Amino acid sequence: MSDADVSTPTLTANALHLWRGEHHLLRDISFSLAAGELLQVTGPNGVGKTSLLRVAAGLMPAESGEVLWRRISIHRDPARYYDEVAYLGHANALKTDLTALENVQFAGSLRQQVNKPDCLQALHALGVAHCAALPVKVLSAGQRRRVALARVLLCDAVLWILDEPITNLDTAGIELVEDLMAQHLARGGMILTAAHQALLVSHAGTRNLDLH
Amino acid sequence: MMQPVRHTPGPLHLAAVVLMRELRLALRRWDQVLQPLIFFVVVVTLFPLATNPELSALRHIAPGVLWVAAMLASLLAADALFRPDVEDGTMEQWVLSGQPLPWLLFSKSLAHWLLTGLPLVLVTPVVAVSLGVEQGFGTIMMVLALGTGVLTLLGAVGAALTVGLRRGNMLMALLVLPLEMPVLIFGAQAVESAMRNEPALGIISLLASVLLLAMILTPFAMAASMRISIE
Repeated sequence: MSDADVSTPTLTANALHLWRGEHHLLRDISFSLAAGELLQVTGPNGVGKTSLLRVAAGLMPAESGEVLWRRISIHRDPARYYDEVAYLGHANALKTDLTALENVQFAGSLRQQVNKPDCLQALHALGVAHCAALPVKVLSAGQRRRVALARVLLCDAVLWILDEPITNLDTAGIELVEDLMAQHLARGGMILTAAHQALLVSHAGTRNLDLH
Repeated sequence: MMQPVRHTPGPLHLAAVVLMRELRLALRRWDQVLQPLIFFVVVVTLFPLATNPELSALRHIAPGVLWVAAMLASLLAADALFRPDVEDGTMEQWVLSGQPLPWLLFSKSLAHWLLTGLPLVLVTPVVAVSLGVEQGFGTIMMVLALGTGVLTLLGAVGAALTVGLRRGNMLMALLVLPLEMPVLIFGAQAVESAMRNEPALGIISLLASVLLLAMILTPFAMAASMRISIE
């Protein structure tokens, strides 16, 4: 293994198998993702899209196969992997009693020292800066999703793992997210996502992984 | 690919971040936070009403009543320790933050004790009077502070183990109560000594050492259980 291999960010999954009870959910799934690429996982409900994303994020161990980040198994050096990953599950991970700003600020300060302007800027990028001082419980579902996406933005990560990122978003919101995704890819980032609606179809780095 | 310079937060900074968040959350839903304390006060004050109101008789059962009430209050509180964070996805973010999970969960347990254990300790002298306790309040509070610390940490392990289950409360009680027995036994004995104005230093040292041991070991058990629970 040369140094160049380690320094180039790549996410590779080799022959993943996952069982859920009696159900063989993921059968021999392999993929690889390089800088500037988006991999969109598609397939009908219940086919294992979320599970695949959770396995890739290291939240769930696969029965066999492995996930490599920079060619090292993600379970060997998780802290280093997580330093470069931002994950958005289908739960927004927001505290409804805290304001949007407090939520984002807390999530950010777990990873790095963040300041208020950075947090506001992230909220602004998702078009929810005006909600910053409101408790999340008074926000609409779409606004909550935007706040959760602002957290992803603030994480400053190379790899974004987004599970149904555009759920509850309006058309303007979807366009906004697509723009942010394109910018992230242009910066050399990479995105692994599961979505029912095709995102960034015309982008050169977009690939599809169909589960069935 | 640019590699931004990260100022990763140190352990104390992390603990402060978690503590501040928990306290802020508690302020916004103080009615829920007060529940275990109210439970404790109600249970303890019901005893003089339900049993012989003779102070000498109450004095006899006071240590047991105080400890059983404290234990059930801590068990009641433990269920709400991790459940909201697991259900809304916050715990996943904690696991993926790249920070040591045992430390994060320990900090959360500490905040939990400050919010549920400490008020209980502070209110004890008041409710103890209704059980005919006349002296040794300082020692009783000291013993309860150490004991509820252990109960909180053990409860946190149980909560982390059962948080993935729909109705985990009962199972958690079954798992945790046997482990808490020694605290109950020694704690009640120390309260009894304190009430008779006898030195309880031996038992206090014992409880303190159990607390230290629990502080060192339980965070790892919490983290391991949590990883399994959120799978």
